[in-house]
Formats: sequence, C-alpha cells, structure tokens
Amino acid sequence: MSFVAKLDQIFVLLQHWIAGFFPLWLQPLVMIVLGVIAIVAAFPGIFALTTVLERKGLGRIQNRLGPNRVGPLGILQPVADGIKSLTKEDIVPLSADAIVHFLAPLVLVVAVFLGFAVLPIGRNMVLVNLDAGLLFFFAIGASTELSIFMAGWSSRNKYSLLGAMRAVAQMISYEVPLLLSSVVVVMITGSLSTVKIVEAQSGFTGFLPHWYVFTPWGFAGFALFVVAALAETNRSPFDLPEGESELVAGYFTEYSGFKFALFFLGEYLGMFSIAGFAITLFLGGWGAPFSFLEFVPSWAWFFLKLLGAIAFFIWLRGTMPRLRQDQLMNFAWKFMLPMALLNLVVAGAWRFLGEGPLGGWVRWIICSLVLLTAYVLLGRVLMRNQNLGPRSYRYAD
Amino acid sequence: MIFGFSILFLLTAVVTVAGALAAALLKNLVHCALSLTVTFAGLALLYLELGAQFIGFAQILVYIGAVAILVVFAILLTRGAGVPEYRGYSSSWFFGLVIAAATFALLAWAVVKSLPASLVSATPAVSVQSIGTALMSSYVLPLEIVAVLLTVALIGAVIVAMPEGKASSEKGGPQ
Repeated sequence: MSFVAKLDQIFVLLQHWIAGFFPLWLQPLVMIVLGVIAIVAAFPGIFALTTVLERKGLGRIQNRLGPNRVGPLGILQPVADGIKSLTKEDIVPLSADAIVHFLAPLVLVVAVFLGFAVLPIGRNMVLVNLDAGLLFFFAIGASTELSIFMAGWSSRNKYSLLGAMRAVAQMISYEVPLLLSSVVVVMITGSLSTVKIVEAQSGFTGFLPHWYVFTPWGFAGFALFVVAALAETNRSPFDLPEGESELVAGYFTEYSGFKFALFFLGEYLGMFSIAGFAITLFLGGWGAPFSFLEFVPSWAWFFLKLLGAIAFFIWLRGTMPRLRQDQLMNFAWKFMLPMALLNLVVAGAWRFLGEGPLGGWVRWIICSLVLLTAYVLLGRVLMRNQNLGPRSYRYAD
Repeated sequence: MIFGFSILFLLTAVVTVAGALAAALLKNLVHCALSLTVTFAGLALLYLELGAQFIGFAQILVYIGAVAILVVFAILLTRGAGVPEYRGYSSSWFFGLVIAAATFALLAWAVVKSLPASLVSATPAVSVQSIGTALMSSYVLPLEIVAVLLTVALIGAVIVAMPEGKASSEKGGPQ
C-alpha cells in the first residue's frame, strides 16, 4: 500500500489495529463502538471550533473583534463556555412538566447523532452502509421536530410554545422541498445508499469532477436543498422560531445550564449533518474537486467541504435579515415546492434524453432553459402583488 | 432466548406495549400523544428487526415525523392540553371493551388463519429497489388511486381553510 493510500485509509487502519487487540468474536462490536466514539468525538469537536469561528466571523462582519481573551486569539473560548454551562444551575420552572422538560434535549441530541450513522466521511468510512441510507437520514431528521415540540410545550411559557409552534410549522413546510430536491439524486443514481451516491459522482472529465451540482437539475436541486436545509436547521434568515427580538429564545427559553448547551449542540450538529448530506448528494461527498488533487486524503476533502459549508452559513447569518412568517410560508409552498416538482420532471428528461439521439449538449440546453424559464416566471408572478418598496411607518413618521 | 423469543424482540415488544398502554391510560392528552409516539417507534424497531428496512424507516418518517406532530397540533389547537377536570372513565366503558375485544379477536383470527402451514420459511430478501420496481409495475394502479385520494384530501383541506368570499373578508379585515 502506497503512502498516499495509507494516509487515505489511516482511520480505517487505526480502527482495525485497535480491534486486533480483542478476541475474534468481540471484534465486530469493537469496530462499531470505535466508529461511534469517533463520530461522537469528532463532530462536537467541530462544534466547539465552529462556535469560535462563528463569533469571530460575525464580529468581523459587524466591525468588532469577537472573542479574543481566552487563550491565543480567543481559541479556548469554547472550553470556558463548556465549563460555564456545566457549572451553572439547572433551573426547571415550577409549573413545567418535569419529565418531558428533561427528555426533550436528550431526544434531540440522540436523534441528531443518529443522522451521522449513514454519512460517508471518507473512502470506506461510513458507520453503517444502509440500503435505504437516505431514507434513514430523513426519518431521523423528521423525529427531531417532536423533541422541539416537547421542549416548547413542557416549559409552560408562551414564548416557548410560540417558538415551538413556529419551529414545527417551519420544519414541516420545508421538509417537503428538502425531500423532493434530494429525490432527483436518487432518480439519477438509482439507489438510496449514500455510499453508492458518492461513488456515482466519482470520476473526472479532463480535470473536472462529475458532481451532480454541475448539471442543470443538480444545480437547481442543490440550491433548493440548501435553502430548505437552512430552514430545517432554524438558521438565519429562517431563525424565526428563536427570534431574540420577538420570542426571547424560542422553544428553549426556559432551559439553562447544560440542557441549554445540549440544545445548542443539537442545533449545530443538525447543521453539520444536513450540510454533510448536501455535500454527499450534490458536491461529490469525499471526492476531490480536481483530478490532480486526488492525492489529498478523502476524509480531508469531506471536512474541508464541511468547513466551507459552515463558513457559508455564518456568512449568510451575518448578511441576511430575518423573514416574516407569511413570507416564510409563501416561499415554501409557492416557490420551493413547484420548483422542486419541476426539477423532478427535468431530472427525468435528463435521464432519458441522455440515452437517445438527443443526448449530449442538447439536454443541457433543454433542461437549463426549462428551469431558468420557470425560475424567472415564478419569481415575476410571485413578486407582482408584493408592493415592494421603502417601508412606510404608520406611527413613527 | 426467553420463551423462544430473542431478548431484543422482547425489549422492543415491552416498550411498544407499554407505550400503547400509557397512551390509553394517562390523563394528560399530550402525554398520551407522546407515549403513542413511543409505540410508533417500537413498531418501527420491530420492522427493522424483521429486516424490513424500507417499511421501518417509512414508519418513522410518516408516523413520528408527520402523524405524531399532527396529533399534537390537533390537541393544542382544539382544547387545552392540560389535565382535564373530570376524572374516572367513560360511562360506556363496557361497550368500548366489548368492541375492542371483538376487533382484536377478528384481527387475531385473520392473522392466525393467514399464517403459512410451515413457520420456518426463509425470509425473502427485499431491497428498496425491488419495492420501487413493484410499486411502479404491478402495484401502479393502487399507488395512483392513493395519490388521487391524497390530492382530493389536500384540495378539500384548502377549501375548508379558505376565507368565504370577498364580503366576509372585507368585513373582518384589519381596516
């Protein structure tokens, strides 16, 4: 095995090496436990890193410095935050439903961690290669909604309940375009297995990769998926469920100490897993972006892409204003859903034009034209009655 | 192995039955809905133990992701979710019991009747792909009928929720 191949498989080799110390009948179990430990250690580590990056990045966007006191350049800030949240008093409101209030953050974090089980982090690096991996991810993602409702309802607080209702309504609405926009990938690949989806995007034309994002339907699907993912994870500009100026902190208003930290962790881990799936579905998973860069280990590519996605999310958060509730729902049902449905048809056309005499560049033109026309027309029609312009204040003028 | 069942099966069965019992016996409606979700999850686990990945995940996606949320929303939007003032059981508990027992007996009879003579049959290897092929070929008509039914329900829901004509909307408008 060459050095490059060894570096590519270093974590797999490490896993086998450690498992070698155990008796043969115990080895499968040890391998699984090691994989779980790796996931449970790696992604919260990235979460700690992200909190610093986010605060620093937002600080730069808003012309301030961000955290810079704990450790060199403020890099040890998450350690201080962690100690603080561990030592704070855990306050449960007197009228709260104690059991449900306690269970909600646990259910959220467990469900979010389960989503990483089918995420291919590198070549041969996936915890379980399920035949229905994508379906598993969406099923697990759907069950986080219930934990958010549990948190909001059990707190016995109007802000919590309002935040939870907003969050659940938003997540249900955007789950439809999220699912439909990823179905195109399943249609073209012919498999729900995440490993097979990544394999289908390997290979290069010249030095350019075969990622799905570089096709008309793939680009439209990717854009829809990213918008729906932002809404699914309650990130800005879709952060109405925890709009500070309206709802204190939304569904986790009544959580303090480590339970609050768990919600924080769950939210960011949800963001990582959904970004990881966007990478897997459309951006070639752990594949290198250029053929001459293939010597870089596959897991490094995955984490670099993940960091890029996180940076994009932070940038958006620093740039976009928050949506209104009616805008949110209109956008989901009147724009995202028709576009996602049309994208399904376009993906089907792409699939069957490719085999006929019309293959090659003709399908590029047809598919791009259909999607572009629909995008422009839909946008024009929806914008017509919006009366957009400078905001007029009824009482403040 | 206890009584011929694997420990995993017994654990999931106990959780499923406990969830169902709690859903029927608890006083607080939201607690009932949440325990019902435990039952849904237990059923999904049972499917997964039988090797039916697709139906297991579809069960989680549909029942926990949609039906449970729908139940919870219905409770919150119709009446207070707290503990009701009245206590005790419905006056028609006897008839309820009889109907439940009769339904259970019918279902159990049907299940026992449909069991193959030899229980040791090899589990068929069903992949997601074969389910998709079957849905798109031999079962395409039922699938389309279900799709039409769901569309009708969706349109009906929109019509029910629509404001009734212009006159009432002008009367009740913010101006």
